[in-house]
Amino acid sequence: MGALIDRLLVNYESTASVILFCIGFSTLLMNNNLIKKIIGMDIMDASVYLFLACQGYIKGRTAPIIVDGIQSVEKYINPIPAGLVLTGIVVSVSVTALMLALSIRLYYRYHTLNLDEIIALAGKEEV
Amino acid sequence: MREKPEGLLKWAHAFSAFMNAGDERLDNDLVFSQVRDADQDVYEADSYEQEWAEHEQEEKQEVIERLERWRALKGYRAARRAYALLCVTICMIMIVVLLYTVGSLPAYGDPNHPINNEVSARYIEKGLQETGAVNIVTGMILDYRAFDTLGESTVLFTGAMVVLFLLRADAQSHKYSALAQTMKDSPHSETFYEPHRDVILQKTAMILVPVVLIFGVYVVLNGHLSPGGGFSGGAIMGAGLMLYVTAFGFASIRRFFTYKTYQFVVLIALLTYAMSKCYSFYTGANHIESIIPLGTPGAILSSGLILVLNICVGFVVTCTMYAFYAMFRKGEM
Repeated sequence: MGALIDRLLVNYESTASVILFCIGFSTLLMNNNLIKKIIGMDIMDASVYLFLACQGYIKGRTAPIIVDGIQSVEKYINPIPAGLVLTGIVVSVSVTALMLALSIRLYYRYHTLNLDEIIALAGKEEV
Repeated sequence: MREKPEGLLKWAHAFSAFMNAGDERLDNDLVFSQVRDADQDVYEADSYEQEWAEHEQEEKQEVIERLERWRALKGYRAARRAYALLCVTICMIMIVVLLYTVGSLPAYGDPNHPINNEVSARYIEKGLQETGAVNIVTGMILDYRAFDTLGESTVLFTGAMVVLFLLRADAQSHKYSALAQTMKDSPHSETFYEPHRDVILQKTAMILVPVVLIFGVYVVLNGHLSPGGGFSGGAIMGAGLMLYVTAFGFASIRRFFTYKTYQFVVLIALLTYAMSKCYSFYTGANHIESIIPLGTPGAILSSGLILVLNICVGFVVTCTMYAFYAMFRKGEM
């Protein structure tokens, strides 16, 4: 147990990202309001970026932009997680916009953002 | 507590009527007749909405009342509490499993992390010669993995298209929403929730908008030389457009940026991107020497197609960010 806590403190960025992920997930599960669910989803996204970014870091090395023509692996951090985070951010922007637009349409239709009420009203319509 | 839409609707009508009354006092006959026409439209929409609302209101009220009665039951509260408990348990289990996994990861900043394999070494050691980009991340996402970035731009474009489908206010919008129609019909819809022609905002925007736009252009054009690129620069330029439209209204931005401009720019940018990548995939797969020179590393006009691709991505992102803003705020561009 003590060894595990030591490892977690060494990897404190990853630990924080895991805790953030679970905070976002519980927000997603426990709120009935659609906007709060979307906020929870975005917190989960951000935690994944934090996790990826801290996996690519190497102590004492600089950002992967070539300075003075030095092209040595010993000088730069890993560029791949940065590219993955970039992809993730763009996709999450699109998904968030899509979810918000759908919420607005649901509000126009049912005049509420509470998921229970929306399901009840939609079920009534189908009959 | 649930918000009352009828109250908001009435308030919106009263607000627009009040603004119209102000106009009537001040302006000449032409404006007066226009305002009266607008009033007439609002009145017709109103009577239609009332019929529509009365028809649906009774059923809706019944469902809501049943829901409220159900919520007051003891069983519902117990189920709700059990659900919350279940959620907390699931999250706790997840946190323990994930923390245990983090505990067995390599240490933070460890050079021997298995992620630092021959792929990243190849990007760092050969990236400058093969792509011509000083910024290795840009060289990676726009040359080695350009197909992936094309998909990314397409995801953004598709997202914008779906938001347009869902939120664009058209002739049919009164059928699905009284609220949307009222916001669109009101002669002051552009400044419905904001102060009209705020002087402080306009003066600030006059100074800031050119700076923000030029900084965005700089970030896009230097994407292969310094941190930045099409996505970040495009987001900065989109923010500049949003600031402009917040300060000066949609009428003034329509002088140079309409829905047609949006379609044209995004289509041309995505097509240019796809064509130039087709060219480099064709030459690369057939081992033909590309005729596009890589240039001297560090110069603006270098790194072959990466500059073109960055500019295309920048245009797509700028237009999409502005489209999101316009759709969410007003329902049209």
